[in-house]
Amino acid sequence: MASSTLLIALIGLTAFAYFLGRQRAIVGVVAAKKGTRPFHSLPGYYGGYVALWCVLPALALFAIWHAVEPVVLRAAVVDALPADMQQLSEGRLGLVFNDVRNLVEGGVQLGEPDPTIAAAAERYSEVRQTSRRLLAGTVLVLGVATLGWAVRRVRPDFRARNRVEKSIEYLFVAASTVAILTTIGIFVSVLFEALRFFQQVSPFEFLFGLNWSPQTAIREDQVGSSGAFGAIPLFTGTLLISGIAMAVAAPVGLMSAIYLSEYASRRVRAWVKPLLELLAGIPTVVYGYFAALTVGPFLRGLGDSLGFEVASESALGAGLVMGIMIIPFVSSLSDDVINAVPQALRDGSYGLGATQSETIRQVILPAALPGIVGALLLAVSRAIGETMIVVMAAGLAANLTANPFEAVTTVTVQIVTLLVGDQEFDSAKTLAAFALGLVLFLVTLALNVIALRVVRHYREQYD
Amino acid sequence: MTDGRAMSTRDRVGARLGRRHRNEVAFRLLGLAATLVGLVFLAVFFFTLVVNGVPAFQQTRILLDVELAADTIDPDGERDPETLRTASYQSLVRDALDERFPNVTSRGERRALYSLMSAGAGLELRDIVTSNPELIGQTLSLWLLADDDVDMAVKGNVRRDLPESARQLTDRQIEWIEALEADGRVDLKFNRFFFTSGDSRDPELAGIWSATVGSFFMLLVTLVISFPLGVATAMYLEEFAPRNRWTDMIEVNINNLAAVPSIVFGLLGLALFINLFGLPRSAPLVGGLVLSLMTLPVIIIASRAALTAVPPSIREAALGVGASKMQMVFHHVLPLAMPGMLTGTIIGMARALGESAPLLMIGMVAFIVDVPESPLDPSTALPVQVFLWADSPERAFVERTSAAILVLLAFLLLMNLAAILLRKRFERRY
Repeated sequence: MASSTLLIALIGLTAFAYFLGRQRAIVGVVAAKKGTRPFHSLPGYYGGYVALWCVLPALALFAIWHAVEPVVLRAAVVDALPADMQQLSEGRLGLVFNDVRNLVEGGVQLGEPDPTIAAAAERYSEVRQTSRRLLAGTVLVLGVATLGWAVRRVRPDFRARNRVEKSIEYLFVAASTVAILTTIGIFVSVLFEALRFFQQVSPFEFLFGLNWSPQTAIREDQVGSSGAFGAIPLFTGTLLISGIAMAVAAPVGLMSAIYLSEYASRRVRAWVKPLLELLAGIPTVVYGYFAALTVGPFLRGLGDSLGFEVASESALGAGLVMGIMIIPFVSSLSDDVINAVPQALRDGSYGLGATQSETIRQVILPAALPGIVGALLLAVSRAIGETMIVVMAAGLAANLTANPFEAVTTVTVQIVTLLVGDQEFDSAKTLAAFALGLVLFLVTLALNVIALRVVRHYREQYD
Repeated sequence: MTDGRAMSTRDRVGARLGRRHRNEVAFRLLGLAATLVGLVFLAVFFFTLVVNGVPAFQQTRILLDVELAADTIDPDGERDPETLRTASYQSLVRDALDERFPNVTSRGERRALYSLMSAGAGLELRDIVTSNPELIGQTLSLWLLADDDVDMAVKGNVRRDLPESARQLTDRQIEWIEALEADGRVDLKFNRFFFTSGDSRDPELAGIWSATVGSFFMLLVTLVISFPLGVATAMYLEEFAPRNRWTDMIEVNINNLAAVPSIVFGLLGLALFINLFGLPRSAPLVGGLVLSLMTLPVIIIASRAALTAVPPSIREAALGVGASKMQMVFHHVLPLAMPGMLTGTIIGMARALGESAPLLMIGMVAFIVDVPESPLDPSTALPVQVFLWADSPERAFVERTSAAILVLLAFLLLMNLAAILLRKRFERRY
């Protein structure tokens, strides 16, 4: 029986369990009118209780079975192989096992299958079929058994509601741990692969090396492809592009936030603010396309006419477009902060005879400064982690330069180039992407934590 | 004495007043300029996209008199569907061109002539014949699909007066096109392939349908996973959780996750779902899983805001008439908070639809011709399709990239509009 059929059968059984439990309670309530004791909860809760008991143990069994099955299957297949193949190394054995599985699943075949592999495949599908039948039988029997046990507990004095509500609350708790599990998952998976990278390349070389060319030799005697993993050019490239982006986004975003919150009339504000927020809703791949096809050639042409050379994938082009992308981010965060400055401060300043711009520069901005710094930090973290714009509009070669007219590469570009396309696992080249990912994750995490703390700390002041 | 000092202060103030007012105006103009930068960029942006992209919704077709010759299509005369399907329809198109231009005889020239038509012309003929086999033997006048280079020349995207070496078409080919144009046999028709087919190496046959279906499956998986999880988490944190270290940690975590770069989620998907769990690469299922982890913080934050907006009096009233806490939440608070939660979910979904960086990590950058039929089939997504086409050198793909972006933006706009309407419709003041 296929897993989906089994699950559908289980759902059917659960529905039956619900109605059975409810029906028993309804019958009991009718009987209660004639003088027996009334039921503690509404009938639906008894139904829910029975249904939960029916489905949860069965599902747990189903999940455990599917986790254990591959191990058992593999043991069975290895057992069926001839003795000389059983002596193979773990890796080679894995390849053989994959061949067997491919044969069963009807995957891509190269030529006639080996007879031993065919025999093993036979054994594989045999064992799997038995396993699936056994699973279907046990799951359904378990479901019926727990159902029967739970139905017998439907009595007037049984507090079904409390039980059902408690289990729903446990479900909530489980749901809320997913967020934590995701963070742990990111950290552990990236760290794990990065540690394997650091077994091949020393962390010192990675963090402080000046040369990045992630080509490892395929053959021992190959010339000129020893592979260099010094990430400094990537870091400087990332900083250069994010710096240009912030040089655009910080003044423009801040000034437009000031204009919209302090000067613009209500009607202008109502129209312009959503329009600017449109910029935040445009997918980054679209910005990348724009940077690569419109801004890059435009800057190149401009450079040509002014007589100096601009690379078509210059840091300037990618940085400018990224800056535009971040403008709404800076301006909406600063807008919140500026609006949070109490009106009394403004009134006090006007009362002393200050003009509006003097009030903004000398009273509001200093009061809002921590919040603005927090907003800018968040924007920097956004710029560092931005991928599509730089993948499409920045270069691939790692240049160690501070010249914005040259092409530089960034951490995210390298992660993408290392991992897209055919990849060999365990090679330093692939693992390097995870090491870069680890650096990226830690840096953005640090920026976010600091920024959130600054913003939060500031908000409490005026509340 | 006091008068004199007051006068001098007033003079001092008066002397600086002009400068201060000029500063004021300058500052104000600076703010206006900053605001305009964003607006101007937005305008340029949409203008370029529309100018580049809208022509791709139409495609050049050439009117040819095609004889559906029985001895080419079905020499046995048995109308066997397999024979009909595998016949060489492109040769019928070639015959029609030969007939149109009888004085083109040399081998090289004829090949140049044939390359005016797309391989899609034969495919279209095949569809016509297999659905109406009784047409065999007749001669039909059909608008058939032209090659993408012809399309670019007809649309004027490639200038015809460039030197011959600088363009894709030869002088002879341009002459033929002009002869056809003079006969009124060249026209722009609705580009059906763009909306119904998958990716292709031939720009005139490439479409966004398989990418759209891939995106749809991905969003479906994302919605099914992240909506219940997000709402449950928000309800737990707002309504049930005690204030302690653990819940504090969850909160900090959620805020941080919302700001983790999307590419890092892609690394997680690659390491966890593909390498560890062995799920298939390029599958919308994996893409959906990764995107749901990304969307989860957005939904949680929006749902919590919606829950806090429900006034405590409603909770107290429910508890007061004897509801349990769970009944209070499910019967009273949740229905009132639902519109806000749905709005947040739609906005999260819109973000997920536009996301492409993590999808690159899990192998969704693939050349997908077939339309995926389930979330386990290899597939790509709309933004990734944009990324792929943006890399293609052909001029016709530039047009298609912009058109695909327009379609993507239209979807995003619709989703955001739905969110705004939902908010307007159900917004409630207590």
